[in-house]
Amino acid sequence: MDSLIDVVLFAFLLVVALAVARGRDLFAGAMLFGMFSLLSAGLFLIMDAADVAFTEAAVGAGVSTVLLVAGLSLIGSEERSKRRGNPLPLLIVLATGAALIWGILDLPAFGDPAAPANHHVVPRYLERSGEEIGIPNVVASVLASYRGFDTLGEVVVIFAAGVGVLMLLSGRKRHRQRKERGL
Amino acid sequence: MSHHLILRVVAKFLIPLILVYALYVHFHGELSPGGGFQAGVLVASAFILHALIFGLRKTRPVAAPGALRALAACGVLLYAGTGVAGMLLGGAFLDYGVLAADPVAGQHLGIVLIELGVLLTVSSVMLLVFYAFAGRQKPEAQ
Repeated sequence: MDSLIDVVLFAFLLVVALAVARGRDLFAGAMLFGMFSLLSAGLFLIMDAADVAFTEAAVGAGVSTVLLVAGLSLIGSEERSKRRGNPLPLLIVLATGAALIWGILDLPAFGDPAAPANHHVVPRYLERSGEEIGIPNVVASVLASYRGFDTLGEVVVIFAAGVGVLMLLSGRKRHRQRKERGL
Repeated sequence: MSHHLILRVVAKFLIPLILVYALYVHFHGELSPGGGFQAGVLVASAFILHALIFGLRKTRPVAAPGALRALAACGVLLYAGTGVAGMLLGGAFLDYGVLAADPVAGQHLGIVLIELGVLLTVSSVMLLVFYAFAGRQKPEAQ
C-alpha cells in the first residue's frame, strides 16, 4: 500500500515539475512550486518523518509560496523571453541528475538497521532520552537538548536571513534621501 | 482583496483557529511532531493571511515592524541566554540539567525556554520578510 502511495506521489511530483519547467506564467509556477512542496511533505510523511513533513508543508507550501507571489506582484508574472534551442542547460541538468542518482546507489537502503547513521549516537539517544530528558518525543529531545547547539545555529541563520532581507529591501528611504541631495 | 465578502468572513473565522493551532503545536511539541519552529511559521501565516485579506495597513499596527525586529533579536538572545545561564550555574553551554535542582526538571525548563526563543525569532523574521516584500511598491509607481 505504501509503495502504491509512493508511486502516485512521485508521479504527481514529476507532472508538477514538468509543468513548472514548461509553463511561462510565473504565477502558475509559484503555485505549482507550492504543490511540489506539499507533495514532498506527503512523501516525508510516508517515510515517518512527521516533523520534517510538517516543516515542509508550513514553510515550503505556505510561506515561501506567499513570498514568491509577493515578489511576482513587484516584477510581473509573465516570463519575458525564453531562449530555445540551447542544449547546454538540459545537458547540465541531466549530468547533475545522473550524478545524484549514481550517488544514491551507494546509500544504505531506507530504514536499514545496519546503516552507519543508526549506529553512532542514535541508540544512546533512544535508550537514555526517557530518563535524561523525560519527554516522549525523541525528535524534540534531540533537537532541543542533545543537539541544542545545532538548533541555536539554525535560529541564528534565520535571524541573519531576516536581517539580510531587511537590509536589502528596506533601503528605499536612504536612496530617496540621496536623490534629494542631488547625488 | 478586502472587498471579497466570503474571503473576509472565512479569514476572520480561520485566523483565531490558526493561532490556537500554533499554540497547540508549540506546547504539544514534546509529545507530538512540531515545536517552536513550526509554531512560529503558523503564527506568521496567521498574520500574513490577515495582511493578504485586510491589507498591510491594518496588520502593521497589530504587529508593528519595530516590535517584530526587537522580538526576533530577543528570541536569539533568549536561546543563547539559556545556554549562558547553564554555564553560569556550573554546567556546559546549553546544558539545561543544571537549571533546576532536578536534572530532568532542568531539561524541561531549558527546552521550554529555547523553544520560546525559536518561536519568537521564527515568527518575527517570517513576518518581517513578508512585510519587506509586500510593503514595496511596484517600480513604475515610485
